[in-house]
Amino acid sequence: MTPSDPRPATGSPHPGAPHSGEAEQMPWHRRVIQHLLYDRSIDRTRKARARIGLAALVFASIYAIIAGRLVLYAAVPDTHIGRRVGGSDAVATARPDILDRNGEILATDLKVPSLFAEPRRLIDADEAVELLTAVMPDLDTHELRERLGSKRGFAWLKREISPKQQKEIHRLGIPGVGFLKENKRVYPNGREVSHLIGHVNVDNQGIAGLEKYLDSNGLADLHRAGFASDRQQEPLRLSVDLRVQHALHDELEQAYARYRTKAAAGVVLDVNTGEIVALVSYPDYDPNNPKEALDPDRINRLTTGVFEMGSTFKVLTLGMALDGGKFSLNSTVDARGPMHWGRFKIHDSHAQNRTLTLPEVFTYSSNIGAAKLALAVGVEGHKAYLRKMGQLDRLRTELPESAEPIVPKRWGELNTITISFGHGLSVAPLQALMGIAALVNGGWLIRPTFLARSEEEAKKLAKRVIKPETSVAMRYLMRLNAEVGSGRKANVSGYYVGGKTGTAEKVVGGRYAHNKLLTDFIAVLPADKPRYAVLIMLDEPHPTSDSYGFANAGWNAAPVAGKVIARIAPLLGLQPRFDLPPADQLILGRGGRTASADVTGSVRSSHGH
Amino acid sequence: MVSRAERTPFADWWWTVDRLMLAAVAALMLAGIIFSLAASPPVAGRLGLDAFYFVNRHILYLIPATAVMLGVSMLAPRTIRRVALIVFVVSVAMTVATLFFGAEVKGARRWIILAGVNIQPSEFVKPSFVILVSWLFAESLRKSDVPANTLAFVLLATVIVPLVMQPDFGQTLLATLVFCALFFMAGMRFVWVLALAGIGGVGGFVAYETIPHVARRINRFLDPSSGDTFQVDAAVESFVRGGWFGRGPGEGTVKRILPDSHADFVFAVAAEEFGIVVCLMVVALFAFIVLRALLRAQRSDDPFARFAVTGLAILFGTQAAINMAVNLALIPAKGMTLPFISYGGSSMISLAYGMGMLLALSREQPRAELLSSDLALAGRPL
Repeated sequence: MTPSDPRPATGSPHPGAPHSGEAEQMPWHRRVIQHLLYDRSIDRTRKARARIGLAALVFASIYAIIAGRLVLYAAVPDTHIGRRVGGSDAVATARPDILDRNGEILATDLKVPSLFAEPRRLIDADEAVELLTAVMPDLDTHELRERLGSKRGFAWLKREISPKQQKEIHRLGIPGVGFLKENKRVYPNGREVSHLIGHVNVDNQGIAGLEKYLDSNGLADLHRAGFASDRQQEPLRLSVDLRVQHALHDELEQAYARYRTKAAAGVVLDVNTGEIVALVSYPDYDPNNPKEALDPDRINRLTTGVFEMGSTFKVLTLGMALDGGKFSLNSTVDARGPMHWGRFKIHDSHAQNRTLTLPEVFTYSSNIGAAKLALAVGVEGHKAYLRKMGQLDRLRTELPESAEPIVPKRWGELNTITISFGHGLSVAPLQALMGIAALVNGGWLIRPTFLARSEEEAKKLAKRVIKPETSVAMRYLMRLNAEVGSGRKANVSGYYVGGKTGTAEKVVGGRYAHNKLLTDFIAVLPADKPRYAVLIMLDEPHPTSDSYGFANAGWNAAPVAGKVIARIAPLLGLQPRFDLPPADQLILGRGGRTASADVTGSVRSSHGH
Repeated sequence: MVSRAERTPFADWWWTVDRLMLAAVAALMLAGIIFSLAASPPVAGRLGLDAFYFVNRHILYLIPATAVMLGVSMLAPRTIRRVALIVFVVSVAMTVATLFFGAEVKGARRWIILAGVNIQPSEFVKPSFVILVSWLFAESLRKSDVPANTLAFVLLATVIVPLVMQPDFGQTLLATLVFCALFFMAGMRFVWVLALAGIGGVGGFVAYETIPHVARRINRFLDPSSGDTFQVDAAVESFVRGGWFGRGPGEGTVKRILPDSHADFVFAVAAEEFGIVVCLMVVALFAFIVLRALLRAQRSDDPFARFAVTGLAILFGTQAAINMAVNLALIPAKGMTLPFISYGGSSMISLAYGMGMLLALSREQPRAELLSSDLALAGRPL
């Protein structure tokens, strides 16, 4: 470049000569670079101008886009609003009331204020923390500060505060702090209904019991869709009778103390409809304070626990024997000595060491007798029968909590022998009660329910499992046992109670422990035409001062059942009847002295010893 | 009124400078003061300062800024180059110094304290860098014996390396972008444009892969639920709440929770209080300044002035566009001030310096002066 050529690159009228001259002055590598970068022949000034124009165009469109976005925000404002509030902050929604069969309220919603903050609107978070903790000292200062310090649009501070607290906080006049009316679930009957009704979490979502059943049957969907916010929902009517529930609860609580048990549980079941009239598993918890429910001792033993039921299972075994046709009430079983099976020996606890009739097998609760009856039916027949009676599959009711029976994996003759008298097969007590109810209600297996239903509805769902004649014989046996057998302590006069005891040694560390018992009693009333079945189960009862050191079912579960029946029978509308004829006449309809009467006669006389 | 009859230096300046652009910049500065009144008291309150602390400082910074702008706009192109060289050398040295002496703020060392004043030297690197690169490209156009292209790339490296080490992803991006734009204006072949775009893509990918906070910001932009998009959400809420005409001065609430309401997010605060119509006016002012500068550059006969004005306009326009786009959640969050409106001393004076040079170089120059400047340019490199 020379000073003599002042405008070399700005569109000179003579581009050729000076340029080439200069180009030749440049070192060769510079020329290569120039060529590679820019191309030689093109007028770079014109190119630059065009490209500046392009830049202007690009900027114009960028600013147009920005302006367009601004206009869009102004014109269509709601596209971005509301995206900040998360689902977890949803206000607790309404639930339907839960009523007992007579319309008494078991669970309902109350409107209570909840305290929230909008941290973004807070002017001074520290001041707010100070004022709020002054009114509600139970608030965690650290957590409160954290919540108020966050930049969220919404944060709960305390759910469900009292109206007094609400008034005081309102008076503080803190901007950015407000109240929302929420629905709080309330259980006016507290722990009396705990296990069957379950409970809800702080967002009013059912997490246990029938409350969870409500959610999993459409209520949760309603909540999500936002339709469950008002109180126009149909109340849920249960089969439970609150008065019966109370009586049962009260008696079990007393039994719990009296026999110093680990647990005491009971069910009252309508055998014709499958309705559960009362269900208590003590110790229980207060659904208004569901934290207690986490204690493993407080589980619902009737549906979520499985147990070897002991001799009550003989009801099922006798039913099987009689229904199969091989045996009648007059059949006899050889029980002259202990039964040997391989290296095992089966004893009777009330050994008679003679041939027993079927009713004697039942009333003496003979293990040998039950085992021989079951062996006569055979392993496969026994299994098929128990499956038919619903003892081998998980019983599902409305309660979400249920347990699977523990069935032996390899079921041989020894299993059949032990299961015939209630060992070696663990079932949920409610399940056993269902099977026994089917044996006395005319032969219909009806799945228990917590919801009110009529007999017709139940019959539609019912499945015939045994012949009606067998059911009549079973009623007789149950009644006979209450008159002369182990169930005498439950024989409340006037209500014609029938029943069977069961005592099982609990398995501790793989062995049967002689001092850890599970006792139960299953009663039917009235035995001639059963309407209700009552199950009482005591977990590890201890002997009392007047039980001569015994802790068998006849000494605890049976008398508890008697007390319960005496209290609940009037509530259930059962008419007391007195001076009824003996069981063989009333139930079997046999007039005078017949062959079977001899049988019962001998039973009576031998018990008299 | 300044007389045309008397040729005083001021009259010369007055009649040749782009007065409309000057007015537009003045309007931006005024808007900056008004927005600062709205946006900065909550920030000051949060920091426990006097409510008008930032407003006062903002106005205080505007005085030297205006002086710098007007002063620089009166300089001749040759002086501008010389000053730019000095500013460049000093500010690059200081940028390097931040790596050793800088205070670490939010994970990066960008600030240096000089005589009790916090200075972000990288702000001053940008405009002086543009001037030097423009000069080099103008030289390359002239085919002088200065190894212009090589020098230009050396300059780019000098600027980028300390910025990457700070690390300051935004400024790196801006410097590279302006450099590429100038290179493009200088008539680079189109293949190189594609190559540069490719390198940019690779660089972006490397940044995404190796710098966690860059990756986080981009992920958050692509999928807002993946992280805390609080600032951007609040900004958007601000626009929506503002609507066409705003809630009225002092009626904004989102500004209380926006961490940088007086700096990077002042645009959103302005929207809530003064309305989107006012925001559109601000956008129009920026667009006016950028487009007018570019069109004047297009007409300019002096290659250096053409490149320099283009470069400064692109720098200014890109910075404004990035800030507003972030406010509007159009691009991933990137800290960048809104020229002449956001609070920030270094940024303000650097912008005034850049704008002053833009005004000076876009002055209408008589042919004779251009000739003489070219002569001077030819005689001495600076």
